[in-house]
Amino acid sequence: MGITIDARGLSCPQPVLMTLENIKKQNKGELEILVDSETSKENVSRAAISKGWQVNEVREEDEYFKISISKD
Amino acid sequence: MTQLKNIFSTKWGIIGVGAFIGVLAALLQKWGNPGNMGICVACFNRDIAGAVGLHRADVVQYMRPEIIGFVIGSLAAALIFKEYKSRAGSAPIVRFFLGVFAMIGALVFLGCPWRGLLRLAGGDWNSILGLAGLVAGIWVGTLFFKNGYNLGRSQKTYASVGLLMPILMAGLLVIMLIFPQIEGQAKNDILFYSLKGPGSMHAPLMISLIIGLAVGFVAQRSRFCTMGAFRDLILFRQSHLLLGIISLVIAAFVINLLVGQFKPGFAGQPVSHTMHVWNFAGMALAGLAFALAGGCPGRQLFLAGEGDGDAAVFVVGMITGAAIAHNFGLASSPAGVGPHGIAAVIIGLIVCLFIGFTMRQK
Repeated sequence: MGITIDARGLSCPQPVLMTLENIKKQNKGELEILVDSETSKENVSRAAISKGWQVNEVREEDEYFKISISKD
Repeated sequence: MTQLKNIFSTKWGIIGVGAFIGVLAALLQKWGNPGNMGICVACFNRDIAGAVGLHRADVVQYMRPEIIGFVIGSLAAALIFKEYKSRAGSAPIVRFFLGVFAMIGALVFLGCPWRGLLRLAGGDWNSILGLAGLVAGIWVGTLFFKNGYNLGRSQKTYASVGLLMPILMAGLLVIMLIFPQIEGQAKNDILFYSLKGPGSMHAPLMISLIIGLAVGFVAQRSRFCTMGAFRDLILFRQSHLLLGIISLVIAAFVINLLVGQFKPGFAGQPVSHTMHVWNFAGMALAGLAFALAGGCPGRQLFLAGEGDGDAAVFVVGMITGAAIAHNFGLASSPAGVGPHGIAAVIIGLIVCLFIGFTMRQK
């Protein structure tokens, strides 16, 4: 399992910024992002897809979403 | 691959929402709202500040039902789609000041970004300077983001915290129904009503309210944001939200043409002045403040509706800023900038730079 980014409680554009920063650093592999709003969930997924990553799973936890993305 | 199940947040969703707002804004103007001001979040908050007597500029006093509708429509959408989430605590005092200066900047230009787009769609070319300033201010904001600017995390809190702003808005509507406008009277008990000027021009209450509710609903679903449109383009090269505002301009332009509201030119435009430098600088201040606060004035209202207590503080800041702008002669008029408007823009830019430079992680 790769890195987990905790973007809970942060508003736009922080979750996307943090995701893209790690995508740039890592280039491929797996990433897990924690967000706590629908908006951030959509924005992070959209940003990941635009960088050629795959959204594998969005799991709804108690008070937040866990987004798993990857690139081979 | 997980499907985005919210159709409003798809590409065609945001384009549809932009067009929806553009059409209704142009029609609101036809039905009575001021020129190129079918919807203006800055102007309308300013009119509300006047309606309750926070300032006494007698041409801009009216309890605008559109604003009330935006917040309550967003609340309804958030509740129906289970997205209502009460949260607060991300630097509220900073957001208050950003709201104050965003409003002052917008009133030097004479409009929020929404009105900037509507002015463009109505042929008011002065708006080009304002929109250029908006983009410049947002660009400065993105530089701060790249250097770690961050107002910190909000916390989940009691559900009732996020309800305070919608309850305030519902209260304002009740007050308006108890003390409605009386023909030819400047005041009904506690509420002020303009007899002349933009504040006296408005669509019928129920039409304004219903359109406000509808716009609030779809904007919450789509996350429509004029500041985000330019910010995402500059910061991420993403054009998703930009499609929404382009669609808004085209839709409003088409309706304006059809109903004879398109009048191209610089001089003599409604509620507009031709001091290009200050149109640019006022909106640059507003754009920077919106970027640092994470949303345009409209988006802040929708966020306040879905439970964001920090966005609600920004809204209170905007209403306070409007009162300050008119009490201290900072707001522009068709004759040009106010006596202290230029000083206020410079002070506002300094405050925003201070916030951007000092509130960074690492």
